[in-house]
Amino acid sequence: MHVRNCTSALQELGAQPVATSLTVCVIGIALALPASLNLLVQNGRNVAGGWESVRDFSIYMAIDSKPESADTLAAELRAMNIIDSVVVTLAEDALVEFRESSGLGEVLDTLESNPLPHTLVVRPTDATSANELAELGAELTDRANIDIVKIDTQWVERLNAILDFMRRVVLIASVLLIFAVIIIVGNTIRLDIQSRRDEIEVLKLLGASDGFVRRPFLYVGLWYGVIGGVVALFLMITGGWLLAAPLERLIGLYESELSLLGLDGSTALMIIGGGVLSGWGGAWSAVSRHLAAIQPK
Amino acid sequence: MIRFDNVTKRYDGSGDALSNLSFEIDRGEMVFLTGTSGAGKSTLLKLVALIERPTRGQVFVDGQNVGRLSKRGVPPHRRKLGIVFQDNKLLPDRSTFDNVALPLIIAGVGDREIPRRVRAALDQVGLLKKEKQPPRTLSTGEQQRVGIARAVVTRPRLLIADEPTGNLDPWLSLEIMKLFGRFNEIGVTMLIATHDLTLLDRVKGRRMQLGDGRLMTPEDDALVF
Repeated sequence: MHVRNCTSALQELGAQPVATSLTVCVIGIALALPASLNLLVQNGRNVAGGWESVRDFSIYMAIDSKPESADTLAAELRAMNIIDSVVVTLAEDALVEFRESSGLGEVLDTLESNPLPHTLVVRPTDATSANELAELGAELTDRANIDIVKIDTQWVERLNAILDFMRRVVLIASVLLIFAVIIIVGNTIRLDIQSRRDEIEVLKLLGASDGFVRRPFLYVGLWYGVIGGVVALFLMITGGWLLAAPLERLIGLYESELSLLGLDGSTALMIIGGGVLSGWGGAWSAVSRHLAAIQPK
Repeated sequence: MIRFDNVTKRYDGSGDALSNLSFEIDRGEMVFLTGTSGAGKSTLLKLVALIERPTRGQVFVDGQNVGRLSKRGVPPHRRKLGIVFQDNKLLPDRSTFDNVALPLIIAGVGDREIPRRVRAALDQVGLLKKEKQPPRTLSTGEQQRVGIARAVVTRPRLLIADEPTGNLDPWLSLEIMKLFGRFNEIGVTMLIATHDLTLLDRVKGRRMQLGDGRLMTPEDDALVF
């Protein structure tokens, strides 16, 4: 009985190819949108996660401070349990390095003194919170022999906040679009029920139970969901394929070794599953409201 | 098989379609329900098929008080009946075979059993050769016979028919009535509503005349005609 309903529902959809393809395309787009957005946000989080560990900050000592004071400060910082490691670059070494890399050797020779300060690159431990870092930064800035403390983690936090916000947006969009699918399927099934009013009346006169009358419509809804899900996957795969080349170039520019999350099996299953549930749900909402109203007279 | 105990049916906004009606039809009987249109023939049949429920009184079909059946009880009750409609109510987008198979599919009869029983029913109405045709390619009389095949394919013990010959010429009408007679001979209880009195002169069976929602006695008959 169910197998027959299932296949005849599919045949019924095939009998109206234009109407069916329009409906499944709309469902496909409605399913692909939140899924793609979600993928985008997940990738964003991955990228941000990669940067989050890069929380190194730099300390530029006052120009006239002695090399020993840099070493003392380094030792003091290393002793802190929130600090992982400290790399000291003395002013003289920095100048040599700068001379070599910049090619401004002759210009530098005209300078009377070394314009570069001693620099400490400090790497906090992973467990260090942003607050602890900010406090440490403020304390260090106040010291007489320290010129600038450059803690630049704020933008990573902002990015994370934006991503959290985006994730919420995706969630809301998903809920709304799933509702849209339910409404689309529900309305399509409602029209189907209306056009088959006479047939439903005859079935009821011949003693068909509510379940018997309901089942074909539920299967039609199910198929809309399944095919809509497949269309969504197709759209996402096509979209991914179109974006692949420019994305690779972008990642190449950042000299990053990021690997992007693509459409994996579980996401695909979720899209199809979402399609099935919303298709079935839409059909249910339509049959539960409209089938009971049709009674033979 | 059918018993009405003081049955009244009132539709909202109009008078009693049936008032205080009591009668009984025995198993295996062939009963013709006559009367002018508006006399309550259709209402009576609708009460039997549970398309309507009595306002007062009780309707028993096969010993069961059908007025008391819950909504869920309606489909199983209808599956026990065969119903023939004036406008045959065949599904236009399905073949003759599929139309006749419908009650069997609804009843959950197995796939192997269905063709055998559909062909037996089509054979009984003489339409075995037209099983693949859609109803619209058949003549009116043939369509009505398909409707009858669909009503008897589940081998119901009770068959009700509402003006089954209403759209047919006298020859075809007689043919249909003879067909009903054959089903009655194998034990099917028949309740047939018709206004075609000339036809009834040529078939046997009990007559039950309705007038203004009441059963009319033979004396009333004399008054009317």
